[in-house]
Amino acid sequence: MRAGGTKINPHGAAWCFVAPALLAIGVFFFLPVLAALAMSLTDFDIYALADLGNLRFVGLRNYVELLQTPLFWQALGNTFYFVIVGVPLSIAASLGAALLLNARVTGLKALFRTAYFAPVVTSLVAVAVIWRYVLHTRYGMLNYALSWFGIGPIDWLGDPDWAMPAIILFAVWKNFGYNMIILLAGLQSIPRDLYEAADLDGAGTWAAFRWVTWPMLGPTLLMVSILSMSGYFQLFAEPYVMTQGGPVQSTVSVLYFMYEQGFKWWNLGVASAVAFVLFAIMFAITLLQLRVAKGIDA
Amino acid sequence: MKKILLNAVMALAGLLAVFPLVWMVAVSLMRPGEASAFPPPLVPAEATLANYRELFAHAGIGRYLFNSLLLSTGATVLSLAFNVTAGYAFAKLRFRGRDRIFRALLGALVVPAQVAMLPLFLLLKHLGLVNTYGAVLVPALASVFGIFLVRQYALSIPDALLEAARMDGAGEWRIFRAIVLPLLGPILVTLAIFTFLGTWNDFMWPLIVLTDSELYTLPVALASLSREHVQDNELMMAGAVLTIAPVLLLFLGLQRYYIQGLLVGSVKG
Repeated sequence: MRAGGTKINPHGAAWCFVAPALLAIGVFFFLPVLAALAMSLTDFDIYALADLGNLRFVGLRNYVELLQTPLFWQALGNTFYFVIVGVPLSIAASLGAALLLNARVTGLKALFRTAYFAPVVTSLVAVAVIWRYVLHTRYGMLNYALSWFGIGPIDWLGDPDWAMPAIILFAVWKNFGYNMIILLAGLQSIPRDLYEAADLDGAGTWAAFRWVTWPMLGPTLLMVSILSMSGYFQLFAEPYVMTQGGPVQSTVSVLYFMYEQGFKWWNLGVASAVAFVLFAIMFAITLLQLRVAKGIDA
Repeated sequence: MKKILLNAVMALAGLLAVFPLVWMVAVSLMRPGEASAFPPPLVPAEATLANYRELFAHAGIGRYLFNSLLLSTGATVLSLAFNVTAGYAFAKLRFRGRDRIFRALLGALVVPAQVAMLPLFLLLKHLGLVNTYGAVLVPALASVFGIFLVRQYALSIPDALLEAARMDGAGEWRIFRAIVLPLLGPILVTLAIFTFLGTWNDFMWPLIVLTDSELYTLPVALASLSREHVQDNELMMAGAVLTIAPVLLLFLGLQRYYIQGLLVGSVKG
């Protein structure tokens, strides 16, 4: 398509179409990202905010100090907990829902698809407020439901061992519909005759899933896991609204730590370093996932 | 038998997905204190709009609703203006370095937005925009996702159509307005709902740049209200209804377009 035609286009006109967007992205995204890298090498704090003359270059000191800050390690650990448990759970729920919707068991498919998807478009803060009530130790619906099974009340958001699982449960509920739609599209693009061939070979439901659905869905699953991973690493609003990072800092995430360092204590140099550490980790894990996927393919 | 079981699982999952939202509406109609009971009541003993009246009369929620509406609409208009022209140009116009620039933009997708937040805050502070509507709108001006979305769709416009118009002596701007824009209709709707919903639901950025409560958007206001009113479940549920209902209704009405964008956006370019 590209070889043909659009030769007589004057360059000038094309630039008029792209320049405003490129300028906006350049000034308000690329420039700040570079500035953040530079800032992470300075001691930018509240004094520098008042007068730039107080700014000093400190090299990698912010990074070294971070590595010696216990709360940063805790935030890193909490975030990894959230990602490592949350992402597989969320994808499993998405895949389950997509398989159900693809199975043509009911005529109400469109209705169920909408119901599963509804949490995705809701405002995170608002549903976090709802879930804080659902998870309430004394009046919450979840503890009431558990009481039917003889399970005593759990202090979901007040017990350091339960706060993160509660937030994960909430996040899976909120997000599974998103990946479900993508996986459903992936399922629907698998050629029907593959299943017919499997059927002729005497494959049952499980064998058909294992040898047809799973490998054919591979690239979609990889993409969905990369997207979810990067989303889950950006945990912030859930602990901000539901727990304020507590109890005993069990839900402080990397971004929550960055927010407090940057906009509460005005340690902007340190906060920039935190942002870059997070970025580096996300980048490395994405590369690793792509590498592993390539290894499986080969 | 298997079919019945699958249907039951499907219905149960649907119930779990929407239960918190339905319960939110029910609790929002209860009298103050009614929801703080065990077992938690499912329906109000006597439905009342008192919580909503309280939110509008004393918590200033009308103001926040207005802010959210204004900012989301503004962001949508800006995003359409910037991304549609650029997306079309990346698909159909030739200029030096086009493909390299586009690849660089896609590469930027791996950088989380939060990396840019701290210097962007300083830049906006320098420009005197912190604590204004402008600060919330700046990140919405242009987005890589928006450009990508429009470009993928615009690729399907036949070159012959544009060539014919050029032969007839139409200028590039006129071709864009008279031929391209009408053809892009569906993707404009898609981009519009994505931007509207994204801005409406955004939390971290407005929390950072808005300090004056007069300017709060609904999510920021709700987070701050919920710290003051931890015990007032009924009031908070009413606030949640007001925050969720507008975007949920928008989504229900325009589902098709939203899902289309989700699928285009998730396919690697």
